[in-house]
Amino acid sequence: MRHMLILGGGTAGTIMANKLASALDESEWQITVVDATERHYYQPGFLFVPFGIYRMHDLVKPRRQYLPSGIKVIISGIDVIDPEKKSVTLANKAVLKYDYLIIATGAEIHPEQTEGLKDEEWGRSKFDFYTPQGADRLAQFLKTWQGGKLVLNVAEMPIKCPVAPLEFLFLADAYFTKRGMRDKVELQLVTPLSGAFTKPTSSRVLGEFLERKGISVVPDFGLARVDSQEKKIVAWDETEVNYDVLVSIPTNMGDACIERSKLGNELNFVPTNKETLLADGLKDVFVIGDATNLPSSKAGSVAHFQSEVLFQNILEHIDGRPPIAHFDGHANCFIESGFDKGLLIDFNYNTEPLPGEFPLPGVGPFTLLGESRINHYGKLMFRWVYWNLLLRGMELPIESEMSMAGKRV
Amino acid sequence: METLTIGTKTLALDADGNLANVNDWTEDVARELAVQEGIPTLTPQHWTVINFMRQVFTKEGDAPSIRRLTKESGVDTKTLYQLFPKGPAKKAARIAGLPKPKGCI
Repeated sequence: MRHMLILGGGTAGTIMANKLASALDESEWQITVVDATERHYYQPGFLFVPFGIYRMHDLVKPRRQYLPSGIKVIISGIDVIDPEKKSVTLANKAVLKYDYLIIATGAEIHPEQTEGLKDEEWGRSKFDFYTPQGADRLAQFLKTWQGGKLVLNVAEMPIKCPVAPLEFLFLADAYFTKRGMRDKVELQLVTPLSGAFTKPTSSRVLGEFLERKGISVVPDFGLARVDSQEKKIVAWDETEVNYDVLVSIPTNMGDACIERSKLGNELNFVPTNKETLLADGLKDVFVIGDATNLPSSKAGSVAHFQSEVLFQNILEHIDGRPPIAHFDGHANCFIESGFDKGLLIDFNYNTEPLPGEFPLPGVGPFTLLGESRINHYGKLMFRWVYWNLLLRGMELPIESEMSMAGKRV
Repeated sequence: METLTIGTKTLALDADGNLANVNDWTEDVARELAVQEGIPTLTPQHWTVINFMRQVFTKEGDAPSIRRLTKESGVDTKTLYQLFPKGPAKKAARIAGLPKPKGCI
């Protein structure tokens, strides 16, 4: 019996389990998935919770329901990975041997990494929306908020879903407008980036969106500490920004087991070959999704595109052949822009998000880097696609390799 | 494509304004780029950071993040922001003749 061990049963781990279960012979292979909890959250939906568009219970399903039958599912934390011994020790001290290991342990927020961020005001005047509890608490708070200055701060890059901060502000603009109190609310983005987004063309387009919606931007802000008493955030160069309510995207880090195993970089992300998805310097270990240190977005769509590459490469690797499939950094993200509209961006390592139509040139139906109603419905529809097609490892009508068709340079 | 002129030499720059060719870098290039970034003189501490960045890049193919600089270069975050105001990782990478760090996507 050979052992395929998958650490993490989130988007990436679940897709890989489904793909491998249908490809590997059950009589020769034991596939095991380890995850800390029984609940699988649709994380892209968290963004909508603070504005009452989704409730948290709309976004959660039993994790096992999406994993294939015939594999072993272990609900436990992970203590340490030992690539020398090809074994993983779980939090309950059980030891699992593997022949092949897939690390899909994701990324989580760590507010405790910033001085003064996680104190008694956390959940009162300072919130996150990257956790179920955080998004719920913010929804409760906004229901009765009378207005003031809302600051959205990104502590440090990289973060999961780099467009989420912008979407949050666009949705906030629409939310307060609909409630007739937009004039009582000041919205501000405070970011370590030099503009609204990472890449030049999209940064300009999205920057214009922010401006049109009356959302101001403080760029190049390296967050040093938060002063809850004075209600201000302070940068390393002592620049200060005041807030009435702070919505924070805290430092994102890989799982603590990566640090304990000494397999990660300074943020516990695992050094990974950006094309083959093999772990750098480790034998028979693969990495996928948010757990990697790759210069691609940390997002479900990226995990999905990676899964097709990794699936091929694992099969080659098992047969003793070198990996042939290459991941190009492809990401495809719907961006909510408020008032039932949205944008779509499609890009990879080398090509920045460009305007155009997607997936068919001149036809669409989706517009790239431009606002449309159908992009918004695409985003809402994606929740169904996620549970019913994507997690199950089904083919989607979008190639894992990015296409230039429909893009205007 | 934009270029940078140092003495009699003209060097190619990439879309971010960083050196297109890492091997074009010399200490004189660093001094010129520093001036462009608003840093008139490079102190020994600047050089510690610049040399550390080049070391990491040579080994790993990407420039280190601010967090890694703090952890490993021996210069703390506050000082990094004093040495290279606004964006230490981005600015120090440019002065070190490296492409913009990929970390921030």
